[in-house]
Amino acid sequence: METLNFAIANWPQILARGWEHISLVGVSVSIAVFTGVPIGILITQSRVAADRVLYAAAIIMTIPSIAFFGLLIPVLSPIGHGIGYLPAVIALIFYSQLPIIRNTYAAIMNIDPALREAARGMGMTAFRRLREVELPIALPVIVNGVRNAVVLNIAIATIATYIGAGGLGVFISRGISQTDPRQLITGAVAVSVLAIIADLGLLLLQRRLTPVGLRQP
Amino acid sequence: MIRLKNLTKIYGGITAVDNVSIEVGAGEVCVLLGPSGCGKTTTMKMINRLIEPSGGRIFIGGKDVTEVDPVQLRRSIGYVIQQIGLFPNKTVEDNICVVPDMLGQDRKTSRKRAAELLEMVNLEPAAYAKRYPKELSGGQQQRVGVIRALAADPPVLLMDEPFGAIDPINREVIQDEFMKLQAAMKKTVIFVSHDIDEAVKMASRIAIFRSGRLIQYDTPDNILAHPVDSFVADFVGHDRTLKRLRLITVRDAMATEPPRVTPDDDVDTAVALMKRHGHVSVVMVGPQGKVLGFVRLEALHGKRGRVGEHYEKLTSVVHVDDNLRNAVSQMFANDQSWLACVSTEGVYQGYITQRSITHLLGATYRDR
Repeated sequence: METLNFAIANWPQILARGWEHISLVGVSVSIAVFTGVPIGILITQSRVAADRVLYAAAIIMTIPSIAFFGLLIPVLSPIGHGIGYLPAVIALIFYSQLPIIRNTYAAIMNIDPALREAARGMGMTAFRRLREVELPIALPVIVNGVRNAVVLNIAIATIATYIGAGGLGVFISRGISQTDPRQLITGAVAVSVLAIIADLGLLLLQRRLTPVGLRQP
Repeated sequence: MIRLKNLTKIYGGITAVDNVSIEVGAGEVCVLLGPSGCGKTTTMKMINRLIEPSGGRIFIGGKDVTEVDPVQLRRSIGYVIQQIGLFPNKTVEDNICVVPDMLGQDRKTSRKRAAELLEMVNLEPAAYAKRYPKELSGGQQQRVGVIRALAADPPVLLMDEPFGAIDPINREVIQDEFMKLQAAMKKTVIFVSHDIDEAVKMASRIAIFRSGRLIQYDTPDNILAHPVDSFVADFVGHDRTLKRLRLITVRDAMATEPPRVTPDDDVDTAVALMKRHGHVSVVMVGPQGKVLGFVRLEALHGKRGRVGEHYEKLTSVVHVDDNLRNAVSQMFANDQSWLACVSTEGVYQGYITQRSITHLLGATYRDR
């Protein structure tokens, strides 16, 4: 009850922090799509490259987020952005790579080789094959990777409050330092709600982007 | 139309295709036949440069294909594969029009052409043009696969075991449909198969491969009648002479202008006719020459009156355009040593006997 009263009283602040959170995740994942999808497509050309890239992306995932943010402080300090929005977005871009690259790669590798054979035999160029056949078929799986990245980043962005990037994590960190369960619960619930809405929204998008000929009846 | 000259493909020391030379005339169906790994598919894929030759040359219509851009080359050659490879994200119509669309042909014209092609393989365009591949059965998908290769009207068609994954009943139907299409379109076809029956049915000429080498290149009848070595003989099967039956029509084997009687003829006339020809029976025809039945010499013995009072029904007759395989099958099924041959209207054209068939099949051995 007390938590609810707190949430109602601080509603504008929750919205403002929520917006910061969405901005962090939205900007980082959007950029990550433009790096991850092309990388995922490129590594289908070489088994060795694929193994290495996927391994590297997996290692990045294992770095604790708080350590990653810390590592970026000396790197970005020279340009005056050691803490705040920029390092948070950069870290989140890195964390998004694995799900996006992995899904793009897997989706394209899983396409029936007969389609590639037919496309080649009929005189499609590699680019045309990608545009007309491979990407449309791979799209739902790629969007699924983006969905994973978004949900993952909504959680990780909570930690970004410790480097002054704001977001809903502010309530949680304050709740811990001030031993104030009202703030702690408000922050946690808000993050969960955001994650669920984003997940469902992207699921709908994924269904919409599935080619009609591939939809399950 | 297509000429392969000393074509060779070497994969890291292993010779997959060894010095193969073949000429295929315009409008012919050349079946590349052999066990798996014999180099037949590799040979075919070098023609549209899906595989680059290690040596030798390929000419299509007198032009060396290595001098043409591979993408342009492939757009000018129809290509059908066993796995069909219809694009699941495109409608049947858009699948058929892939090459016309790449060539920048007018959309309306190409869609109209797609509808015509669908009709030619007995798929109602109104029902199927806008469907997606997964809504079609395997046989229907392969029909679309075949007409997709024909959409841009290429002079040459490459087919890689196109009907290999289809159940036997549907395979026969789709083979017949393709032969009908081929009779109308007269494409030059290179057809890879491992099925001797399919090869005999489709081919103008058969090229038999073994370990990358071309062993024999000849007409189906010559391959069956005169295999060059024991490998070919084993491959075409010990019943190879029976397979030749399918290549010969009843018309080619029957005795024409046969003796006949009418119901109003006198029994004595019929007996005299049979004795003159040395026959033990004779066909009785109606006023328009239609087959009504037959009379046996034995049955007329000591009888008087007209033929019409003593005739028997024929258990079966055979159409002149049918092949000998079906004719012989009818003979065996009905315990008959001869069959009356009729036109579509049922008019008596001639007769075939088991003896005349064996004589015809044996001719190729006597002449050599």
